[in-house]
Amino acid sequence: MENEQRIGFTLNGERVRARVAARQHLGDLLRLEFGLTGVHLGCEHGVCGACTIRVDGRAVRACLMLAVQADGAAVETIEGLTESGEIADLQDAFHRRNALQCGYCTPGMLVTAAELLAETPRPSREAIREAVGGNYCRCTGYHAIVDAIAATAETRIAATAEARVAASVEPAEAGR
Amino acid sequence: MSESGLSFLDRPNSYIGRSVPRPNARRLVEGRGTYVDDVAVQRLTHVAFLRSPLAHARIASLDTAAARAMPGVVAVVTGAELARVCTPWVGVLGHFKGLRSAPQHALAVDRVTWVGEPLCAVVAASRAEAEDALAVIAVEYEALPAVVDMETALDPATPPIHPDLGDNLAFERVLEVGDVDGAFRDAAAVVEETFRFGRHTGVCLEPRAILADWQAADGTLTVHHSFQAPHMMQDILCKHLSLPEGAVRVICRDVGGSFGIKVHIYPDEMATCALSLMLRRPVKFVADRLESFTSDIHCRDHRVTARMALSAEGDILAIDMDDLTGIGPYSVYPRTSAVEANQVVNLTGGPYRHQAYRARARVVLQNKAPTCQYRAVGHPIATMVAEGLLDLGAARLGLDPAAIRQRNVIPDDAYPCAGVSGIRFEQLSHQRALGTLLEMMDYGALRAEQAALRARGIHRGIGLATFVEITNPSAAFYGVGGARISSQDGCTLRLDPQGGVVAAVSITEQGQGTEGIIAQVVATATGVPLEQVRVVTGDTQATPYGGGTWASRGAGIGGEAAWQAGKALRANVTAAAGAILQASADALDIREGRIVDAATGAERMTLAELGRIVYFRPDTLPPGLQPEFMVTRHYVPKDYPFAFTNGVQASYLEVDVETGFVRLLKHWCVEDCGTVLNPLLVDEQIRGGIVQGIGGALFEHCLYDAEGQLLNGSMADYLVPMAGEMPDIAVAHVVSATASSEIGAKGAGEAGTAGAPAAVVNAINDALRPLNARVSRQPVTPEVILEALGTI
Repeated sequence: MENEQRIGFTLNGERVRARVAARQHLGDLLRLEFGLTGVHLGCEHGVCGACTIRVDGRAVRACLMLAVQADGAAVETIEGLTESGEIADLQDAFHRRNALQCGYCTPGMLVTAAELLAETPRPSREAIREAVGGNYCRCTGYHAIVDAIAATAETRIAATAEARVAASVEPAEAGR
Repeated sequence: MSESGLSFLDRPNSYIGRSVPRPNARRLVEGRGTYVDDVAVQRLTHVAFLRSPLAHARIASLDTAAARAMPGVVAVVTGAELARVCTPWVGVLGHFKGLRSAPQHALAVDRVTWVGEPLCAVVAASRAEAEDALAVIAVEYEALPAVVDMETALDPATPPIHPDLGDNLAFERVLEVGDVDGAFRDAAAVVEETFRFGRHTGVCLEPRAILADWQAADGTLTVHHSFQAPHMMQDILCKHLSLPEGAVRVICRDVGGSFGIKVHIYPDEMATCALSLMLRRPVKFVADRLESFTSDIHCRDHRVTARMALSAEGDILAIDMDDLTGIGPYSVYPRTSAVEANQVVNLTGGPYRHQAYRARARVVLQNKAPTCQYRAVGHPIATMVAEGLLDLGAARLGLDPAAIRQRNVIPDDAYPCAGVSGIRFEQLSHQRALGTLLEMMDYGALRAEQAALRARGIHRGIGLATFVEITNPSAAFYGVGGARISSQDGCTLRLDPQGGVVAAVSITEQGQGTEGIIAQVVATATGVPLEQVRVVTGDTQATPYGGGTWASRGAGIGGEAAWQAGKALRANVTAAAGAILQASADALDIREGRIVDAATGAERMTLAELGRIVYFRPDTLPPGLQPEFMVTRHYVPKDYPFAFTNGVQASYLEVDVETGFVRLLKHWCVEDCGTVLNPLLVDEQIRGGIVQGIGGALFEHCLYDAEGQLLNGSMADYLVPMAGEMPDIAVAHVVSATASSEIGAKGAGEAGTAGAPAAVVNAINDALRPLNARVSRQPVTPEVILEALGTI
């Protein structure tokens, strides 16, 4: 009796299809149909940020998007971001710095942090706090999360600088 | 100290005190945790509950026929039907003399007593279909008078919520020590204040969740539960569902935050288990966010009127206080809802030397969500009362807040001793902690900066809060009162053939790092490398029996059990190795997975080689040798009822006197939890606890209207601390190890929450003092500040 629709989208790089109820939100679809339990539901009204995923390159709340709206989109979850290795350094930093306790906010926090670092290579502590200000964490008090994101930014900048030095040296050597 | 005369810190390859990352946290950063809602079970059904829309009403009629006919519905079960399977409970304890409550059912039978109380269950193929069916249940309620305001709950004109009890007083405690009236008569200064502590709640990011799976064929109930105390849940399920202990297995895998919320018996969770029995199917309940706000336990909701007598020099002479708290319609089972008020009486003024104290606490029933133990039970209230009064006294006498604390704390060389309420202290370190804190924050420079900015119209404040924290509880907490809540815990270790160790421990993990510190202790005690220690928690069928994690007891109690188990395993292993190597066991040690000569460190054989021989070639062992590579040890503190810890916090903040907004600039904490097993984990416990305390101080409030309706049951309306408003937090430690155990660890889980509100509120008042304004009502919202300033 429920109004259902067929949709197709790209999920963590794979083309998938699903039959979805019109009222189902994307978070439930990802969890229930695709077993992507790294999508955590905390409030289901768009405030806590636990269900933050990436849709067409942007961080969005999976609970605020209807599943049917994902038709044709590129959806990435923590599982896909882990597999691709894209945020491996950020994940390492969170683990090393103990920037998570219960882990329930962590996938959403990582997606948000990844977006920040993509847009702002060296954010201030205030900018980090502002950027993750929509992701609720009850355990850590946020300090360690800010540390982990800042440390990742520094590491990436150092790596970029090294790469630049290497790139600028190579042509000169080649010219000898 | 170990038998060698060296402390465990001196053992080669000690992991104690090292900031190693938690081994089991890696899967969480990859989103591969297993929370209850992630558990997959065949033929799973989902339950949704019809909850009372009224604070107090008789259920005149309940018609479920239409709901039963809805698509996907498996069953609709009323309170009366469920009561045939699940017996009611009463939340009282023998050592709280006079504590009263009424029988509480898993689903309300004739009467509902708060907005959110479940009264009917719909089980369906999906949660959505269960909710669809809820919408067509027809209920007629006859409204009854709601007791909402705790201040009038005891008035003769207020009807009792439970007529059998006669009135709404659930519990009262009075304590009087020393010559209180004389102290106030002779005082140079008397300060007084009425403190109000808003009702708030835990807001665990993972809501409460339970999946009950009754397998009728073999008579077993397997329960996946987002919970802190699996053995307690097992015991209570057996009792109220009339099942033998062996039939019930409770599994707590990853838990998405708990903070004391997930250690109580909830009607909807008991109902879920009963429904599985009734339907012979697995049933899952996951609270949604509104349900969390209306049915998770709430906390605080105290009004304390208190006064302090001081000498002209600033010595505290006496504290006299009256605490009133509203706990909802029932005392929560099985820990009761009298504990917070009792802790307020025990802890207020605990850091100080005064010898006269009078306290009265009254616990009253009301038609709001039940309150019970949440992180730092009673501590933030007790700390605020004493620290708030002390600042008022300092201001009255013209003394510096730091100086008056240094003058009044029990000196570090006075221990062991007792606090004024009779609480026994083994060794605290208030003087050293305060000294460390003032140095860390550069107190003098900060005061100078504050004064300079004040001249420019910028209102900054510095607040201090000294506190004590109850940790490592013995049976004195619950067991003596008749609650079947274990205060002892155990650890089983098994050395496997490749030389790794499996540790099964009865304390539980909710993210604080239980599994990490157990791995560190076991690795240190056994000599097995950390990465070869696998820790198992949260399964009544797989671990020794124990209490779980609450009251800052995991490291101190579970950690000691693991240490003792590790020592015993090491002794068994070196004995077996000695027999094989024809060496004295005493001459051998285990280091980094190798049997070595204890004196020289020279390798004699690897644990893997020993494991190969013992497990696969026992025929080659010397005659009569039967190695025991699996050992269990238990531990419970015996010489003190609680291991008290202490600490001091400071807050630096700025108040915008135009808008009433508070900007937190920095926060400091120095605390003493004894041996620090893992600084990385302890510091984050402190920081997280502080921010939870700040939540209560500035933001969090369960708002009810005069009819008992919860007004802000969403995360958009109930404010929690978010990253943007929180300060950086500096943490340091003083170490006074407890001599009650060999590892010497006390608890650290609640210290942050205990002291943060008082530090923040004192800082706000410090900022407002030149404006002759002060606040005493939490949460201190901009509105509260503007009211204090007379702006609104």
